[in-house]
Amino acid sequence: MDNNKNWIDQRFPLTKVWNEHLAEYYTPRNFNFWYFFGSLAILVLVIQLITGIFLTMHFKPEAGLAFDSVEYIMRDVDWGWLIRYMHSTGASAFFVVVYLHMYRALIYGSYKAPRELIWIIGMVIYIALMAEAFMGYVLPWGQMSYWGAQVIISLFGSVPVIGPDLLVWILGDYAVGDAALNRFFSLHVIAMPLILVVLVFLHIVALHTVGSNNPDGIEIKKNKDKNGIPKDGIPFHPYYSVKDIVGVVVFLMIFSAVIFFAPALNGYFLEHANFVEANPLKTPEHIAPLWYLTPFYSVLRAIPPMFGSQFPGVLAMFAALLIFFALPWLDRSKVKSIRYRSLPYKIALGIFVVSFVWLGYLGMQPVTPMNAFLARVFTATYFGFFILMPWFTSIGQTKPVPERLTGV
Amino acid sequence: MKNIKIFTAFILVLFGANVIAASSNVKLESANTDISDYDSLKRGAKHFMNYCSGCHSIELMRYNRIGQDLGMSEDEVVSDLLYAGSKPGEKMKSAISTSASTKWFGGTPPDLSLTSRSRGVDWIYSYLKGFYPDAKRTFGVNNHVLANASMPDVLWSLRQSKSAEAFDQDVRDITNFLDYVGEPAKLVRVDLGIKVMLFLAVLLVLSYLLKKEYWKDVKYGKWKAK
Amino acid sequence: MSGQEIDLKKRRFLTQATSVVGAVGVGFVAWPFLSTWSPSAAAKAAGAPVDVDISKLEPGQLVRVLWRKKPVWIFRRDDQIISDLKTLESDLADPNNEQQQQPEYAKNPTRSIKPEIAVIIGVCTHLGCSPTYRPEVGAADLGGDSWKGGFYCPCHGSKFDLAGRVYAGVPAPTNLVVPPYHFVNDSLIRVGVDPQA
Repeated sequence: MDNNKNWIDQRFPLTKVWNEHLAEYYTPRNFNFWYFFGSLAILVLVIQLITGIFLTMHFKPEAGLAFDSVEYIMRDVDWGWLIRYMHSTGASAFFVVVYLHMYRALIYGSYKAPRELIWIIGMVIYIALMAEAFMGYVLPWGQMSYWGAQVIISLFGSVPVIGPDLLVWILGDYAVGDAALNRFFSLHVIAMPLILVVLVFLHIVALHTVGSNNPDGIEIKKNKDKNGIPKDGIPFHPYYSVKDIVGVVVFLMIFSAVIFFAPALNGYFLEHANFVEANPLKTPEHIAPLWYLTPFYSVLRAIPPMFGSQFPGVLAMFAALLIFFALPWLDRSKVKSIRYRSLPYKIALGIFVVSFVWLGYLGMQPVTPMNAFLARVFTATYFGFFILMPWFTSIGQTKPVPERLTGV
Repeated sequence: MKNIKIFTAFILVLFGANVIAASSNVKLESANTDISDYDSLKRGAKHFMNYCSGCHSIELMRYNRIGQDLGMSEDEVVSDLLYAGSKPGEKMKSAISTSASTKWFGGTPPDLSLTSRSRGVDWIYSYLKGFYPDAKRTFGVNNHVLANASMPDVLWSLRQSKSAEAFDQDVRDITNFLDYVGEPAKLVRVDLGIKVMLFLAVLLVLSYLLKKEYWKDVKYGKWKAK
Repeated sequence: MSGQEIDLKKRRFLTQATSVVGAVGVGFVAWPFLSTWSPSAAAKAAGAPVDVDISKLEPGQLVRVLWRKKPVWIFRRDDQIISDLKTLESDLADPNNEQQQQPEYAKNPTRSIKPEIAVIIGVCTHLGCSPTYRPEVGAADLGGDSWKGGFYCPCHGSKFDLAGRVYAGVPAPTNLVVPPYHFVNDSLIRVGVDPQA
């Protein structure tokens, strides 16, 4: 056994990697509930990759066949229904996990120096994931797939001057059709998964370079013993590997509950209208993207057309997404964790979370004057959170940060 | 604590609203179907073949799949479900030709394979019960749920010949059958789900004990770097 | 405090128990994925039994039908062919059908239910080509006088007689496969279903 290990180690840094990233990778000892979502995101990525590979074996990326081929998977392929539900539930689960993971970063200041690059790579992952999910949702070729694609891609048509040509180029046709379905399929099953896997790898490399943040927002590397090991650190393996297994099992229970007892989740994970095949002649009564995209869809709808163009709304939507990148530099506070932040920050974060959730809710609802008004209010508070951040993070009394980690 | 409250509120929003109901203003009757009631499904299948399949296909369904799922013998499938000339492995097409249906109804009657998933069982149940006389329409009837539906009240003879309760049961059986047709896997997935949950519960207990055992090192400060 | 003691035995037991249960779980999850590769209901429906009308089949005439996407040969043998089959036995690799290449009810000298009607899957047992029907007795390229009619595989030169039995010394190792079939009536064969017991 040891001989084999030596043989490999002379040729590949197996033991070195194992130690550096697991057995001797020192992690703060006080991780709480919020720290499960990073490993869970990797788990969901793996689930999506494997179920996706198997679905691709039976799916037909052709406008005339796609819808029926999904039902073929649901009915004629042995166990196909389970794999399909795993994939469709996995898509939503991915966003649930990623949103909670991002919220964790917000409350404990994990985006602040020296972790700006981890945050930026994470944001790129998030945007890539949105593109991946959107293109995946087009593939079943139901009414929502079709009209959702129509609406989202029309956004590109609103770009001044080149818009209309850009739109036709993206579609490879004059409307959403076979050409679009086929290229989305290719991007969904090959290009985006490759990009995502590489990005996740980079995310982890960056994380392991600086080390994990923690609920106290203290750098454990500042307090080392005589061997150079952080006093508040414990090896990731076995302590966090066994802990993450518990998180994985709890996640799998919730995940399985959805798959087996409510796979469509009342229309939130699989929309009812998507059980009707795409029909270019008949728009459904009410079009909404899936829940994970609706906050940004709300921002889009909240901005009225200006100068006869929808483009300002499109810009606002992308701005709502891109402004996250600036977060590490907008936050002027010396304190990372919510535990020691000033009151103004806590209030602002609360308003932001409420705005985000409400925007998400409104994005699923039909537009009414009341909804439009609310969407504008929450769009304003959403952007206000970022724009005013340099101000509210530099006022108010922060609590003293302890030298060492609190709690276990 | 605040985080958890926000999280709970978020979950409530997620499960509370009903997307289907929001798009329709007609009040629907609850169908009260039970997909594990195989007798109801079998009656529903028979009624479907007698009253619906003349015009409506369920093209995503195969005859023999129904037989296997509902425990019908090959002979029962042939005598109860099959049209003359079709094979048990075939998909269930309607008896009517496109040209005839266009002449009679002004279009092809929709395939009903996924109606339970796109409209919901309550809609089907209410629709089938929702016919009322209207001399202005071609077939002399209109529908409360789907105004100006171009479909005759095919269950008329059933309604006339039985008590209201018995008729409701017939409609419920058809609805139940269509619910099954919309997602045949529904027959097995709930049972399987319970087994999966039990298995994961065992794994949860074991992994939690394992975690607790290892974390004694951290809790009591006995962990030492190598 | 006794709770503080580190019990290495308990730790090892829990590690093993969790690993074993976890591995069982992975096995359960793997099963549905592997199952998706087995023929789907659509493939099974397409591979359903095939009925063939043989009432107009002349002696020596061969019809091909597709069953489960494979060619099935059905041909009628006259008395001359049936008696010739016996004379070939010394040239064949498995004249008595020892290998399970046919259903039990076709394990006889003519490898068929009725001697005059042959039903054989036309896929060479070497590498899956479909052999050519060469009924002409004494064909010069197939051994002249000793050739009593049969099948010749163009891919690698394997030879079979008119019961689908393989000649010795050719690449194909075994006789051609006889599919399950039965006679619905005198003029109708159903390929794909065994005779009812």
